[in-house]
Amino acid sequence: MYPARFEYHRAGSVEEAVALLGRYEDDAKLLAGGHSLIPLLKLRFAQPGHLVDIRRIPGLAGIGEEDGAIVIGAATTHAMLQRSEPLRRRLPIVPEAASQIGDAQVRNMGTIGGSLAHADPAADLPALMLAAEAELTAIGPGGSRTIAASDFFIDLLTTALTPTEVLTRIRIPVPTSGTGSAYEKYPHPASRYALVGVAAMLTMSGGTIARARVAVTGVGTHPTRERAVEAALEGERATDAVLAAAAARAVEGVDLRSDVHGSAEWRRALAIAHTRRALARAVARAGDV
Amino acid sequence: MATTTAPGRLIGSSVRRREDPRFITGKGQYTDDITLPGTTYASFVRSPYAHARITAIDADAARALPGVRAVFTGKDLADGGVNAIPTGWLLPDLRTTDRRAIAIDRARYVGEAVAVVIADTPAGAADAAELVRVDYEELPAVASAMEALRPGAPLVHDDVPGNLCFQWALGDAERTDAAIRGAATVVRHRIVNQRLIPVAIEPRASLASHNAATDELTLWVTSQNPHVHRLIMGAFVLGIPEHKFRVISPDVGGGFGSKIFIYPEEVVVAWATRRIGAPVKWTAERRESFMTDAHGRDHVSDVEMAFDAGGRIVALRVSTVANLGAHLSLFAPAIPTYLYGTLLSGVYEIPAIHVSVRGVLTHTTPVDAYRGAGRPEACYLLERTMDVAARRLGADPAELRRRNFIPPERFPYQTAVALVYDSGNYVPALARALEMVGYDRLRAEQAEGRTRGRYLGIGISCYIEACGLAPSQVVGSLGAQAGLWESATVRVHPTGKVTVFTGSHSHGQGHETTFAQLVADELGVTLDDVEVVHGDTGRVPFGMGTYGSRSGAVGGTAIHMSLEKIREKGKRLAAHLLEAAPEDMEFAGGKFFVKGSPDRARSFAEVSLAAYLAHSMPAGMEPGLDATSFYDPANFTFPFGTHIAVVEVDVDTGRTTVLRYVAVDDVGNVINPMIVEGQLHGGVAQGTAQALWEGAVYDESGQLLTGSLMDYGVPKADMLPSYETDRTVTPSPVNPLGIKGAGEAGTIASTPAVANAVIDALAPFGITHIDIPLTPARVWQAVRDAKGRS
Repeated sequence: MYPARFEYHRAGSVEEAVALLGRYEDDAKLLAGGHSLIPLLKLRFAQPGHLVDIRRIPGLAGIGEEDGAIVIGAATTHAMLQRSEPLRRRLPIVPEAASQIGDAQVRNMGTIGGSLAHADPAADLPALMLAAEAELTAIGPGGSRTIAASDFFIDLLTTALTPTEVLTRIRIPVPTSGTGSAYEKYPHPASRYALVGVAAMLTMSGGTIARARVAVTGVGTHPTRERAVEAALEGERATDAVLAAAAARAVEGVDLRSDVHGSAEWRRALAIAHTRRALARAVARAGDV
Repeated sequence: MATTTAPGRLIGSSVRRREDPRFITGKGQYTDDITLPGTTYASFVRSPYAHARITAIDADAARALPGVRAVFTGKDLADGGVNAIPTGWLLPDLRTTDRRAIAIDRARYVGEAVAVVIADTPAGAADAAELVRVDYEELPAVASAMEALRPGAPLVHDDVPGNLCFQWALGDAERTDAAIRGAATVVRHRIVNQRLIPVAIEPRASLASHNAATDELTLWVTSQNPHVHRLIMGAFVLGIPEHKFRVISPDVGGGFGSKIFIYPEEVVVAWATRRIGAPVKWTAERRESFMTDAHGRDHVSDVEMAFDAGGRIVALRVSTVANLGAHLSLFAPAIPTYLYGTLLSGVYEIPAIHVSVRGVLTHTTPVDAYRGAGRPEACYLLERTMDVAARRLGADPAELRRRNFIPPERFPYQTAVALVYDSGNYVPALARALEMVGYDRLRAEQAEGRTRGRYLGIGISCYIEACGLAPSQVVGSLGAQAGLWESATVRVHPTGKVTVFTGSHSHGQGHETTFAQLVADELGVTLDDVEVVHGDTGRVPFGMGTYGSRSGAVGGTAIHMSLEKIREKGKRLAAHLLEAAPEDMEFAGGKFFVKGSPDRARSFAEVSLAAYLAHSMPAGMEPGLDATSFYDPANFTFPFGTHIAVVEVDVDTGRTTVLRYVAVDDVGNVINPMIVEGQLHGGVAQGTAQALWEGAVYDESGQLLTGSLMDYGVPKADMLPSYETDRTVTPSPVNPLGIKGAGEAGTIASTPAVANAVIDALAPFGITHIDIPLTPARVWQAVRDAKGRS
């Protein structure tokens, strides 16, 4: 468990981090908590010549509110998400999911930015970003740009970030009243990663589902927004039959993984069952508001 | 540490573990914690192929790296006089394998060492290992034992035709055949006991240092039996005389059997230290542990259990194929034979049993003893089959078991598979477990739940194990190349303080506490007056170490024998000092006194001092007060009990939740109930994990797909319920302490209990069996298939 030799850089600012990425190009990796990267280094599956540590960049960690949205710095740890009062009040699905990531040590070190930029196909937070319609800000050599979560996750371990961009903040609109949310996860017994994770946010109005946002992680190469499920819900009354019928459309068209832990068919069943449960809980919580 | 406890009755009380403060404050001394001046570090180059010819090894680039001391290949070791690692248990007609510490010419499993790099730093050794270029010619491989038996399967060793290492059988074949032919009902099925990986928290490690002045070699190694390591490595592998070879097994963080065996890495460091003139250390990376620690289980069995019209078992026939891996590990031949076949009567009166076992080589990690070692395989086979039979016969699984128990009046009971059970009373443990779990109420709840799609399952497992390994003459006649007695030296110091040197070894068992309890009680001193020393061939007498739930029953009895000798000598010396007749002396409460005159007394400390001053001794008595004993048990001991698991299965996903776990065990007399509970808890977690989560999976080319903690599902606390435990106590008549052993019971009993519960939950779907591990994917598939059939 000894990584190959690398040079460690502690970036003092996002600009410095961007400059270092520009200088070393493919030979550099950002370190934002390290709970995915360091195991890869120790196994020597990854052997970058340079690590650019962005965890201590001033202002990169923290949770705030602005203009009807919650704004989360990329270096915010999972533990901070889990304990954040503003999130518990405005976006309880985030602490709910964050508390299910790995174990306490992982949550104390791992960061939201690191998780999103790494884009592990079984990570929890990407599904939330899709369901909550988050906007991600990245800073690169040419300045800053905003990427919708739905455009961010492209493929296995692949995002819309360019090699010289740093993900800096995540902006999540605060849902309107009448919205209930739930994250339903089935953790792998060994890794605790999501065999499936379903994020659902439903806005109820006058007994019908006015707005539905559903996303699934863990079953394919990258998390997916479940538009067929959403379409089957919007405008309908939240009966068990409606929820079940909508859930049955989960992961349609997704290229489902099949491996030593289970078949693609089983993963579809898992996604459908967990979608149904996430929807039911989201509806129940919408009623609480 | 200070655990000030007044002298008195310590045996039977839950004294807190004296070793724990050291462990939980990071002051333990594990092998990797030890670094000598000038220590160098080994890193192994390992085969990425399950089967390959090694055509060339180019280590020039590695050798050129600064800080690299040496690179050795298998040929270097052979040329340097290192012999093959032998097998320690020889069955009739066994075909042994030429197992080299570093492969020569051919690699036979993924992870087998093909070269070693030794460098000044661990990172430098790892860097250099990457630079060693090995040219392989990949060859066809076979990972499954069933496949390896097929004609034309790739041979693992050219001199083992058909990959068949041994064929072994036990029991009366004709009688069994006849009984099966005449039976009212025969239950037949094939069951798989999947391969497991031990996953001790502390990875294996070794550090060797050669003293050129004295020519003494010292090896620190993660061993459950340092004397066995010294004997086999010294006498057979390295050719080092035992008096010049010291093996120290310091604090060891878990073994589960995997640290019994002689592994290639310790052979290499012990040999290399002399070659390079510096201490050499190796510590396994976790992925190396997965690839190279001896694996466990891996059986495929065809079972026929025959019943008469009254639901009584009349015969059992078992044919098992055991996967042994690519080489014969130290005790590999014994585990699927004598530790397995002999247990196939379980707690049941079965008049005819026949078992045949084929031991098969494959291109996989060697397989050997893993917690329970043969006995869990036997218990799982029997208890799973009993449940299948109960369903078939329309009987309640608890009732079917009760009906077939060996009745108490039949003890000592001669089974149809060689063992003689000395004692046992199985109904009370079953009855107590059923009462604790609320069996009738649960069955009603289960029936009610099924009407609304809630699938509860109740799984029963009535187990027996043979432990307290083992009568030396018996195991010798069965092929063991060692005795299985235990030694103990008890040394009383002039001040009455006591040091115990035991041949047992603690790697989590808590000997420093339990053995001290034994000594403190029997000598009337406090726990603080007793030190327990183990794990060092330079300090303790030759001993056999710890495995097979033997430390209390065998190691404890050896200590007890030495304590008796000390008390006897103390009595004679005290009688002399008090001018009384030795036969009039008594010993109690830490005092020797004259019967009927408690004032005419000498304390234990006074007598100890007198023994060393020797100013006034009885005629012919030698000074000093210590004693050494070697205890060889007359028989195995036979713990038993009933475990019941209650689960809920989510049939939409296949996920199982263990709701409750009840365990009633009879492990005989208990020295420290808390420690026994701890052993059970850990064992139940391990066995539950085999039922639900753990399983080593190889692909067809022999790649290990579950080679990390990210893939291999070891149990975590939040995946398990709080156990509900109780005990019945039937003291073992075999040893004077009445102890049976408790180290493996939980592992043995829990796998079938949990598996039976899951399959019981699925009864409404007509499912009678699914092979373990009952992962959600497998359970979901079985439910789906069943729905498709109906």
